[in-house]
Amino acid sequence: MKVSIDPDKCEGHGRCFSTAPAVFDSDDLGQGIVIGDGTVPADQEELVRLCEQNCPEYAIEITE
Amino acid sequence: MTISKPPVEDFATDFDHTDPEWVANPFPIWDDLRERCPVAHTERYGGAWLPTRYADVSAIAHDTEHFTSRTVVIGNGRPGEDAPPAPMGVAPPISSDPPFHAIARRLMQPAFAPKAIGPYEDFTRKLCARLLDPFVGKSQIDISKDYAEHIPTLVIAHMVGFPQEDEERFREFVHTILEAVDKPVEERIEDFQPIMEYFEARINEHIEDPRDDLTSFLLNAEIAGQPLAPEHIFGTMVLLIVAGIDTTWSAIGSSLWHLAQHPEEAQRLRDEPELMPLAIEEFLRAYAPVNMARLVKEDFDYNGCPMKKDDWILLSFPAANRDPEVFEDPDQVIIDRKVNRHAAFGLGIHRCLGSNLARMEMRVAIEEFLARFDSFSLADPDDVEFSQGQVRGVRKAVVNLG
Repeated sequence: MKVSIDPDKCEGHGRCFSTAPAVFDSDDLGQGIVIGDGTVPADQEELVRLCEQNCPEYAIEITE
Repeated sequence: MTISKPPVEDFATDFDHTDPEWVANPFPIWDDLRERCPVAHTERYGGAWLPTRYADVSAIAHDTEHFTSRTVVIGNGRPGEDAPPAPMGVAPPISSDPPFHAIARRLMQPAFAPKAIGPYEDFTRKLCARLLDPFVGKSQIDISKDYAEHIPTLVIAHMVGFPQEDEERFREFVHTILEAVDKPVEERIEDFQPIMEYFEARINEHIEDPRDDLTSFLLNAEIAGQPLAPEHIFGTMVLLIVAGIDTTWSAIGSSLWHLAQHPEEAQRLRDEPELMPLAIEEFLRAYAPVNMARLVKEDFDYNGCPMKKDDWILLSFPAANRDPEVFEDPDQVIIDRKVNRHAAFGLGIHRCLGSNLARMEMRVAIEEFLARFDSFSLADPDDVEFSQGQVRGVRKAVVNLG
């Protein structure tokens, strides 16, 4: 699984980096960013799906 | 005095967010409208529209082409010619439109990013302890008046560098700006005078004696190498004080009011503290405090609604959060709800700048309350008061302790 954030959609709600802090972080403006190259460890996949389902701006994209 | 108004006959054609029925319990009104008339209208306030479906609230929140944020609080007048016009508006960045909005917002974002908010948790926790400790061993506490109303007020005063002892005045400012919206325009203008004088005095103190706080930060800030316009500094200062107070006060109050009626859920949060982040998102969804407003820029047909220039839109994020199209069992508060794409902090470019601060204050306030009181329950469910206006929350709720 790979995950990315569309920076044009992200408004910094923070649902991703608070739900899955091993995968997402916030930048100095508070916008969501993906840690590393976006490859999701197996034990984080469920949390990342939840982030995708909770992002108010539909900014998170998952590719399997 | 307020203008005396007839009671609302039909919320589909005559809605009023200050009507006592709405103030007491708006949820059945929104549920009815969502089914029957998903974009309601009123002639009150010079003409306003109310979308209640998530899809419409989201579409309008994201549409800065047809809707302006020039003012975000519905009143009987429209912004006068002497008020700063779009794209800056009276309180940037909340009142700003593109392209200026992005500049004004970017300026403030680092101060409210998670990494900047973290250091205020210790101040908040000590404040909560100071407020609650005198009630340990007592039989009752008012969760709003004795606790929730003080937390965001004193935290934001600390952040902007205003005197802690002025906290009562800040709540008066909030009342004047956000609650007394049905007063005649002339009275509203008169009521704003002492607010302007207070802020000018604090700004002047900071010009003479700069400090490490948000006021001095704004005074030193630059856009394209130029200091901010005085009306920009003033507007943002008012925004920081006003937007941070009754919103989070409401969210903390509603959360504790809910837990006071569901002691089994309070116990579950004590036993399973890892559920706290989910519970906070659910309280934010179910009891979202903030309704925003927009003005229609030009005559425009929205899905068959003939919107006129300068009509208000009451952008009800709380109504969107109860839409069964988006949320399963929306009227059930499920403290471990996992799928919860709520819009409590707004949608689009005006997402609440203080959302990270609000979440931190909610979490700390609930944790400290649960840690001190093993059991608590609402003393009299009928003796609970809610605020009037676009920010909804508990203003009086006495709970029995132990």
